[in-house]
Amino acid sequence: MPPKSKAIVIDEKDNVATAIMQLKAGGTVFIPIQGRLEKVELLSHIPMGHKFALRAIEAGEDVIKYGEPIGKSTTQIARGEHVHVHNVVSHRGRKEGA
Amino acid sequence: MEFQGYRRANGEAGVRNHVLVIPSVVCSQGAAEAITRNIKGAVYLANVFGCAQVGEDREQTKRTLVGFGLNPNVFSVLVVGNGCENLPAKEIAEAILRSKKRVEVINIQEVGGTKKTIARGRKILKEMLAEATTAFREPIQVGELVLATECGGSDYTSGLASNPSLGVASDFLVREGGTVILSETTELIGAEHLLAKRARICEIGEQVLDLIDWWEKKAIATGQDIRGANPAPGNIVGGITTIEEKSLGCIHKGGTTLLQEVIKYAFPPTKKGLVLMDTPGHDIDQLTGMMAGGAQIAVFTTGRGTPTGSPIAPVIKITGNAETARKMKDNIDLNVSQILQGKETVKEAGKRVFDELIAVSSGKLTKAEKLGQRDFSIFKIGLNF
Repeated sequence: MPPKSKAIVIDEKDNVATAIMQLKAGGTVFIPIQGRLEKVELLSHIPMGHKFALRAIEAGEDVIKYGEPIGKSTTQIARGEHVHVHNVVSHRGRKEGA
Repeated sequence: MEFQGYRRANGEAGVRNHVLVIPSVVCSQGAAEAITRNIKGAVYLANVFGCAQVGEDREQTKRTLVGFGLNPNVFSVLVVGNGCENLPAKEIAEAILRSKKRVEVINIQEVGGTKKTIARGRKILKEMLAEATTAFREPIQVGELVLATECGGSDYTSGLASNPSLGVASDFLVREGGTVILSETTELIGAEHLLAKRARICEIGEQVLDLIDWWEKKAIATGQDIRGANPAPGNIVGGITTIEEKSLGCIHKGGTTLLQEVIKYAFPPTKKGLVLMDTPGHDIDQLTGMMAGGAQIAVFTTGRGTPTGSPIAPVIKITGNAETARKMKDNIDLNVSQILQGKETVKEAGKRVFDELIAVSSGKLTKAEKLGQRDFSIFKIGLNF
């Protein structure tokens, strides 16, 4: 497990990280990815346990966590932006067009 | 490796020694509760069904109630009916007799009212409890354990800490020759391909995919959106965005071994190792199904905290959320939040989960048992008529 970072990336394919503490907009986090620390500047307030983008995610692109798609983005998401129900929609278990 | 358990007349092994009162129908639930009230060692099921049910729906209720009676954690059984229900107490009692336990039946209409039923029931119960004191714990192979796994009140820590730790413990148990039940089919949506890949044979992988497809279509056919229920509002506050994300975290608790079979709700596994029971994501429905299927113990991971317990089995609660562990210490047995602080590895935490599993199987009480939390709810699949 990546130790003592403020956020966790589970799989190298992931395009989001999970904050393990509350993080302020404008702050900087260093995230261990494949043995090196990557610097991400946060554009939004990230509540504990919530996700932020590790890189720009296009509208309609898969959001990847655990190395697997967890849904698709509904809008352009910038690196460092909060990624949650306001800009991600599930692929599954929902009505056509919903 | 061994734990200290109860060897039953039919050869099965229990981790608890309960005398169980089963109300065959909602009408006799009050009497069943009154019979067991303030009697240590006696438990009852809060059954709200058992009448006006037909076909598979009736069978599922019967199989669940009978399964609780058959469970090796139960020493003997008193079935209490009203008398006119379409799932008669006698029918349930007869099906439990094959376990070679003492099984008694009383009906409120035959005995002549609630007061007489309670008096008669308490008399039988006292005899049974005296007989239960003759059962002693003895060393039993860990491989005889059937572990129910479950997660509820999930948040971001579930997929990162508590579920992976439980997965390590699940792998330990399978290696010892034991059985691990994974359930909550709806919470595999988005992760089913990963489980299907681990199927022992192709057909079982296809069964997994078919089940998920059935549930997803069922949700869509209601004209509703599964997202209204799953992820639940608390999951979303806790950082879980979609059902896929929840599922990918959820699936960790079954460990990494091959999937041996897929079983229907409240049926006992026929294989050792990892099995999938088809249940809803509803916490108590699934726990009830696994206990009816013969699980003697459950490990329940939670992020936001939950009080869940079972009438007949210990439910070990673990969390990876440090705040929940502190705020809900009444309910939480094991804290694995050190994983997220980088102070413990998942493997180390998993070893602690496995050690707790053995200790609790050997008699250590869980928080839910100390609190007397005895949740029971049957997965209803048809209308009452």
